[in-house]
Amino acid sequence: MATSADDAGTGAGNVGVIRLRAPFDEATARSLHVGDQVVIDGIIWGIRDATLIRIFDRDREPPANLTGAVLLHVAPSVRKRDDGGYDPVSVGTTTSTRMDRFTRGCLEELGARAIVGKGGLSQESLEHLRQIGGVYLTVVGGAASPETLQVEAIEEVIWEDLMPECLWKFRVRDFGPLFVTMDSHGSSTYQDVRDQAARNLDAAYARLGLTQG
Amino acid sequence: MSATPTQTLIGPDLYRTVEEVSAELYKRSLTDLPPDVRRSLDRALAAEEGRHATMMLKIMRHAVETSDRTGLIVCQDTGIPVYFVGIGTEFQINGAKLLDALGDGIALATKRYNLRSSVVHPITRENHQTSTGREIPVMHLEFLDGADYLDLQLLPKGSGSENMSFLKMLTPADGLAGVKRFILDCVVQAGANPCPPTIVGVGLGGTADKCAELAKRAIRRPVGEPHPEPDIAALEQELLEAINLTGIGPQGLGGRTTALAVHIEYAWTHITMNPVAINIQCWRGERARARVFADGRIEYGY
Repeated sequence: MATSADDAGTGAGNVGVIRLRAPFDEATARSLHVGDQVVIDGIIWGIRDATLIRIFDRDREPPANLTGAVLLHVAPSVRKRDDGGYDPVSVGTTTSTRMDRFTRGCLEELGARAIVGKGGLSQESLEHLRQIGGVYLTVVGGAASPETLQVEAIEEVIWEDLMPECLWKFRVRDFGPLFVTMDSHGSSTYQDVRDQAARNLDAAYARLGLTQG
Repeated sequence: MSATPTQTLIGPDLYRTVEEVSAELYKRSLTDLPPDVRRSLDRALAAEEGRHATMMLKIMRHAVETSDRTGLIVCQDTGIPVYFVGIGTEFQINGAKLLDALGDGIALATKRYNLRSSVVHPITRENHQTSTGREIPVMHLEFLDGADYLDLQLLPKGSGSENMSFLKMLTPADGLAGVKRFILDCVVQAGANPCPPTIVGVGLGGTADKCAELAKRAIRRPVGEPHPEPDIAALEQELLEAINLTGIGPQGLGGRTTALAVHIEYAWTHITMNPVAINIQCWRGERARARVFADGRIEYGY
């Protein structure tokens, strides 16, 4: 398909890309390591601020089985069909950091095995991924147009009153490329880069004629 | 002074035209990235070697091309609409009706193109599903002496980058050194969140509100176009080099390009004050612009 990420030489056709079917189990989540590249077929669930606040701060159990789920931090643009269903107009990814405090709940209470987002999560979330068995997958923020073409259908919309921050059930094909940047073995690319940036600060301050501290 | 040409775009037609132009600007700004942004991403890709950094930039470029081909908006975040409105002094218009028409156009585009409404009440979080609300679109106004047109520029500002905004009321004793330190520290603190490589808008001087506005105005400028004053342009370059020494890189996964540009705008300030504000723009640098002339001609740009 001309619309796959293969056009950019970045997609599913490449050697070394791991193809996963979602939902998946703990063993699958634990088989992934930082540096792996992944594409997903199957079901992923869209979730974000208002959805998570309703579930965890207002104690409303979502009427959906999220065991083994892949959760995507998203609030899409959609077109409502005459039959009441929805078609995707833009499905992208939002900043995960805002939802950091819900990581444990998503893994432990909802049973999710993967969180897909951009910007990464904290070291506390990394520890939850390690203990419970989950993985964080990075999608390129702001690059929603290819992502949208990988959504085959919106199968279900739960809590429409939160539009656009509903709980969205997407059927996807060749969803990705996704990058394993936080794994269940204690590795985080985000933390590695933060550490490296801290070490680079001396040189950056020096460029500005400043000393650190 | 030359005679003012007769204005033919008048009455209800004028405001309907403005509404349609506003709707078009909203869709365009989300779909068609400015040429300076595209060139800047290409330059960044050429400069990177790391696997992650190269992949991130390739996927960004792929998204831009996908939107060119399909008409899909590039990012899901439809943002908060921010208008910079220039009103020619030789263009007769009711300013209040102009602002209403611009807002109506945003609501029209939201419905017409099925755009997500990203605008809510700050306390109740109610969403009118129109991408508008009290004081939204945000409006910045200026008058263009002698011009016989309206200059309408729209920035649909996404939250990933807008949430990484900073203001600090430094003191004169903190000096320029304090300003530089604050800017670098803020960019490091923002890290992966604002979708790097970013355009770092900096406001210097003024009052707290003016300073924040200047930082926003700085991201209007075509990417990498230096400030016209050499001293300010040199400061922009120095800050850009320092920021890119951090190695945060595209999407915060490491690399040479954390920022595509640093743009500074300044105002004079109080003898006791030294304010600095930062407004970060994501890698897409979305903006669209239209000139509406008195004779009804419309020219689109960025």
